[in-house]
Amino acid sequence: MESSKVIHALYNDDDILMAAVKKVRAEKHHIEEVYTPFPVHGLDKALGLAPTRIAIASFIYGCIGLTVAVVMMNFIMIKDWPQNIGGKPSFSYLENMPAFVPIMFELTVFFAAHLMVITFYLRSRMWPFKNAENPDPRTTDDHFLMEIPVHGDENELTNLLKETGAVEIKIVDKEAH
Amino acid sequence: MNYTVSNKLKIVSIILVIVGLLGMGYGFMSTPESVEQVETMLANESHHGGGHEAATETAHHEMAAETHDAHGDEAAQATEDHGGSHAEHVYHRLQNRPWAAIYVAAFFFFMIALGALAFYAIQRAAQAGWSPVLFRVMEAITAYVLPGAVIVFGIALASHYIGHNNIFIWMDDKVVEHDELIKGKSGFLNMGFFIGRGIFFILGWAGYRYLVRKFSIAQDTASDTSNFKKAFRFSAAFLVFYIVTESIMSWDWVMSVDPHWFSTLFGWYVFASMFVSGITVIALMTIYLKSKGYLEFVNDSHLHDLAKFMFGISIFWTYLWFSQFMLIWYSNIPEEVTYFVTRIEDYNLPFFGMLALNFIFPFLILMNSDFKRVNWFVVMAGIIILFGHYIDVFNMIMPATVGDQWFIGVPEIGAILFFAGLFLWIVFTSLSKAPLLAKGNPFIKESEHFHY
Repeated sequence: MESSKVIHALYNDDDILMAAVKKVRAEKHHIEEVYTPFPVHGLDKALGLAPTRIAIASFIYGCIGLTVAVVMMNFIMIKDWPQNIGGKPSFSYLENMPAFVPIMFELTVFFAAHLMVITFYLRSRMWPFKNAENPDPRTTDDHFLMEIPVHGDENELTNLLKETGAVEIKIVDKEAH
Repeated sequence: MNYTVSNKLKIVSIILVIVGLLGMGYGFMSTPESVEQVETMLANESHHGGGHEAATETAHHEMAAETHDAHGDEAAQATEDHGGSHAEHVYHRLQNRPWAAIYVAAFFFFMIALGALAFYAIQRAAQAGWSPVLFRVMEAITAYVLPGAVIVFGIALASHYIGHNNIFIWMDDKVVEHDELIKGKSGFLNMGFFIGRGIFFILGWAGYRYLVRKFSIAQDTASDTSNFKKAFRFSAAFLVFYIVTESIMSWDWVMSVDPHWFSTLFGWYVFASMFVSGITVIALMTIYLKSKGYLEFVNDSHLHDLAKFMFGISIFWTYLWFSQFMLIWYSNIPEEVTYFVTRIEDYNLPFFGMLALNFIFPFLILMNSDFKRVNWFVVMAGIIILFGHYIDVFNMIMPATVGDQWFIGVPEIGAILFFAGLFLWIVFTSLSKAPLLAKGNPFIKESEHFHY
């Protein structure tokens, strides 16, 4: 197992963290990961991450949900067991469509929302029985942690991080995965 | 920086008004003068008419087709003679057409201004931080509330006092005499109460608009925030007043054209239509002014937020439209469902086309987050939304007044041009009367730095 040295810099304010991320990146250091207790707006842009494609996935899931609703209601109400409800015999999907719109809407939303959340979890490598990756439990409370791999001068990087307002700086050996 | 109305804009609005006047005049001149004239006209038409009517009839046979005559009866009662022939029926509908054409366009432009006023009051009452840079644009649009409302109300009254009750048949005493349903509603639907309510609404809306504009301009040079606080309080109170009066106004000025029919969510439905039209015009005007080099403090994020509102309220409109439609369609009660039967049979294209324009287009075009920042995308979506909501008003007024004799021709387009010209003139003149940045607003810094 190869192991590498990383620096963990902890911050206690999201604005200071944002400024620090910008400064560290301006100094051409690679930031491996940032752990935060809550979503920080604009952090993805500051880190230079590629824009999320979850919206496209969600649109596709919504279309699948809509299709499932149409096919399902067509089978249940028109093909398998047609009934005469309120003087509207179910012989044609189109003529009975207004009654199915709420179902079409609900299943579109249901598919889009649930599959989007599941996709998000999987894409974030979070699945059942997975051990937490965050290196410091304080990042689930009130601290923000920036992880930077060390290549070259360790002291220079430490000083830079101190300047940006880090409240704690640790150098740890991390097992690569 | 102040805005000055360019000469080009002035000329364009004057031309629109003149062309519109000619169109509306032509509409009145070209109505048939006698029943005989209509008879010959119908005789000519029947050569190339054919089985069209029969086809639509069978297509919707499940929709209580036997009841759709109820609506025809209403119009027939509007004619002086009860045993009126088909030609006489058509003659009266054609006579109603220029009135209805003007009324639809007048209401559409008035609705934009009132929708913008509601949006503005919400920004004020919520003390929104993102929008104060757009306040002067919104205030300018709301300048049309008073003239617009007076014109709509004036046309409604003129159709009774000058015309022959061409828009509201409940105004005709001869009709009410023989109509038990309208008679039962005459405690509410009578000229005196109608006029009183109308005056009360207009005074309330225009009074709020006058005061809040005064506070807004006074705040520019004030040393404290007392004007801002007053505007906040008046706006909160106005929103309560607005939602009640807007609802009653929609029964009075729109729903009562079909005096037999009623829908309990009609006020909300008209509100959604005016709200989305108002927001769309705010967005279009902002983009126009930015393209002319004004409003340098407005950025992409403001536009993005307006486009989000256009997207969201379009869906809200569809939700209300469908809520109204589905319940009536499902329950299939003759006196209710006749409203949709006439629209599906005689107004098939505008009725379903409106859904595409007001829902499917904005939904698909404005769904992508990035597109909401692209000016020409928002302009394109905005034009579609405005056209769709004109058709929406058209569908509300026309079936009761001209029935199957509808067409979007010279009278309708003339009326649109006339009110568009008037709207542009009043709105841009009002815009030029105050600085474009409401610089005294306590949230103006937040708004200028708004970034999403």
